[in-house]
Amino acid sequence: MRRLPAKDVVVIGLGWTGSIMALELCRAGLDVVAIERGPWRDTPTDFPPNVAPDELRNSIRQDIFLRPAQETLTFRNSLEQTALPIRRFGSFLLGNGVGGSGVHWNGQTWRFLPTDFRARSHLIERYGEGFLPPDNTIQDWPMSYEEMEPYYDRFEYVCGISGKAGNLKGERQEGGNPFEGARQRDYPTPPMRQGQAPGMFAKAAAELGFHPFPCPSANMSQAYTNPYGMRLAPCTYCGFCERFGCGNYSKSSPQSCVLPALIRHPGFEGRTDCQVTKINLTPDRKRATGVTYVDLQGQEWEQPAELVLVCAYGLFNTRLLLLSGIGQPYDPVRNEGVVGRNYAYQITTGVNGFFDNVEMNLWAGAGAHGMIIDDFNGDNFDHAPHGFVGGAYLAGYATNARPITARPTPPGTPRWGAQWKKVTAESYNRTANVGTHGSVMSYRGSYLDLDPTYKDQFGLPLMRLTFDFHENELKMSRYCTDRAVEIARAMGAKSMQVGYRQGPYSVVPYQTTHNTGGTVMGNDPKTSVVNRYTQSWDVPNVFVSGASLFPQNAGYNPTGTVGALAYWAVEAIRDRYLKNPGRLVDA
Amino acid sequence: MPSTRRRLLAASALFGLAIPATARTLKEALPWSPNEAYPPERVVPGPWVFFTAGEAATVEAIADRVIPADELGPGGKEAGCAVFIDRQLAGPYGTSAWLYMRPPFARGTPSQGLQDEDPPAVQYRKGLGALTSYCTGRYGGRRFEALTPQQQDEVLTAMEKGEAKDPGADLRGFFEQLLNNMTEGFFADPIYGGNKDMCGWRLLGFPGTRYDYREVIAAPNQKYTLPPVALTGRPEWMR
Ligand SMILES: Cc1cc2nc3c(=O)[nH]c(=O)nc-3n(C[C@H](O)[C@H](O)[C@H](O)COP(=O)(O)OP(=O)(O)OC[C@H]3O[C@@H](n4cnc5c(N)ncnc54)[C@H](O)[C@@H]3O)c2cc1C
Repeated sequence: MRRLPAKDVVVIGLGWTGSIMALELCRAGLDVVAIERGPWRDTPTDFPPNVAPDELRNSIRQDIFLRPAQETLTFRNSLEQTALPIRRFGSFLLGNGVGGSGVHWNGQTWRFLPTDFRARSHLIERYGEGFLPPDNTIQDWPMSYEEMEPYYDRFEYVCGISGKAGNLKGERQEGGNPFEGARQRDYPTPPMRQGQAPGMFAKAAAELGFHPFPCPSANMSQAYTNPYGMRLAPCTYCGFCERFGCGNYSKSSPQSCVLPALIRHPGFEGRTDCQVTKINLTPDRKRATGVTYVDLQGQEWEQPAELVLVCAYGLFNTRLLLLSGIGQPYDPVRNEGVVGRNYAYQITTGVNGFFDNVEMNLWAGAGAHGMIIDDFNGDNFDHAPHGFVGGAYLAGYATNARPITARPTPPGTPRWGAQWKKVTAESYNRTANVGTHGSVMSYRGSYLDLDPTYKDQFGLPLMRLTFDFHENELKMSRYCTDRAVEIARAMGAKSMQVGYRQGPYSVVPYQTTHNTGGTVMGNDPKTSVVNRYTQSWDVPNVFVSGASLFPQNAGYNPTGTVGALAYWAVEAIRDRYLKNPGRLVDA
Repeated sequence: MPSTRRRLLAASALFGLAIPATARTLKEALPWSPNEAYPPERVVPGPWVFFTAGEAATVEAIADRVIPADELGPGGKEAGCAVFIDRQLAGPYGTSAWLYMRPPFARGTPSQGLQDEDPPAVQYRKGLGALTSYCTGRYGGRRFEALTPQQQDEVLTAMEKGEAKDPGADLRGFFEQLLNNMTEGFFADPIYGGNKDMCGWRLLGFPGTRYDYREVIAAPNQKYTLPPVALTGRPEWMR
């Protein structure tokens, strides 16, 4: 192992949170090195418009994603099963390389509801403790929505999010989300223009008495210059957004919003194609001394640093803590320990409606292009009659209709042959989807630990995921999917294909890359890995970012909250920790 | 020489070559070299790379039953589905080069996904062998491609339903693999050897890689009339 000169800060992973935190700490005058497991990627070289729109390469063969040969997980539905490796990614697709998952995300950029931050207290106050699902480990966040608001605002203005406020300083705004928490100001750019299918969704939803509004979008409705001086261009609705890099500089990403400022900063250095295998600790395990990483030649390096930021995406944050022995691993049998605890996910469904006499043109779209209703999300409706907690937003998205993947046909259509061909041709431009995007609570048996059998290329144990959907989520999802059916019917669908989510959870069909929990934050070291400033309880010069911090998952995409938490944490590091390096919260 | 390195990496990605590369340092300037980009290699028609002549004839015959030629447009054979599959099987897809293929292999639950030790190239070799033995055993020594279209549909339906059995391979699983790859070939960018002249996209009305549809969003519910464009351009542009 070769030892490198020490740095002030080592950042593990150069995706959304790694690039933001690195830049903010460089600006605070620190020497920062970021170590990234994948390659350098940039717009003109890796996803220009004459290369990017390639469905087979990016979406189907997953060229732009992490390859399981490099790193994967094992999976089982329950403690009784033997976990087997995820040999090909399906249910979620993970980022690899500079920009992380920020390269190929959709850009649906949400805030969580104020009540999501007090999930446990709020539900008990409103419904009583007995209303919570069996075996749940739902817990409150260690901060309130009001405390997070300035940081949400910061991330949204760095991204240039296109949207319409529904609540400005407590005042209801027509056309925005009436259920959202108060914002200090409107979105940086106006909402995207909605096309045919989102328009039909919004009209039908309003007729049913719901409250449609445009999805908060990281696909730019107009040109925008962010606070770092990065310029974004208007989105052209090219239809190659999720699973693709953007060739237009129209999708907020580390590449378009942060990296040019970061890489030019004299305090920064980045190393790509280098995989961190361990956070090194002093013999008493009370301090991190830096990280160990391996480059493409297999050469091992030690990078000493005063401060370690774990920004490797939720799942890999958890794996790195487990591999490094930071924090007590969770044991679901004794219900003790914290690292790996409270893994949660997202529960999604879709209703395909088939229509007559319409040109949907859904191939024209963008990742976060569509209309939404939030009437059935979180605790925006009375759950007392339903017997479940949580909820979902319902969406009339126009994110893409790429031909290998998006060719639904009405029920009863054969899967091949002349009749298939005919019906496929008829249905392609006359289909619209109403989706549901729901919360998943945390439970005792849903967790992450190290696999006893399977190893990665370095001989280190893969992480093992144990997860299944619980009755509460399946019930909630069914209820919300039935509302989606009502909307599709009101839109005039003549037939429908309804995809209720059924257990067991499967790693095969794509659902979302919204893996949460594992390094949960909280006020009690018995039920959290990090404190409210995302600082490890056990090793105070280690901070963790990403959705692994979430105690359970709300009904929204995570990255608005993940970005806000990065700004929240980096401010605490800069203004508190650096002045007095040590625990920011007494245990 | 970052650009050369990345080009090699791109080539290795496409052809599965093992080319060593070095880690890169980002410092003070964004890495940049003129004209650096990583387009895929274009598939050119020509001799089979993976299939034997016999295998190719079977796959082409299957392509034409899965996607028959009719008044709506070309069938799977003319679209190049077999060429597409041939080239895919000859690359990293065929060998599962990007997947986690470390042992032990075990049979899992359906929710645990792919656990097969055989990569697609091996599955095709075994699957096509089993299909031939099934057909010759059942139809007086005739291979799949020598059957009548009706008999071919009979065989494919039996595979789909799991009724066609042969000791050489799981013909039901092989049917799913075939169906997947056929539709990939028919609808993927023509640069990969299928979807000839964008016939798959024309069937749907998918305009391809035009990359700017602001007008479509501004004027909803209109039939789009411009012809499709692919990464390789349009047939009209080529001589
Ligand atoms: C297809 C897709 C669609 C999505 N759509 C949305 C959406 O619409 N809305 C939304 O809110 N969210 C969406 N997401 C999720 C979003 O991309 C993530 O929430 C976000 O990128 C997380 O930021 P991060 O910094 O935690 O991780 P990333 O941005 O993923 O960055 C982590 C980085 O760490 C690197 N790394 C990991 N392990 C190591 C190691 N051991 N050593 C060195 N480097 C390492 C990785 O290679 C990666 O570059 C989507 C994700 C995907 C994949």
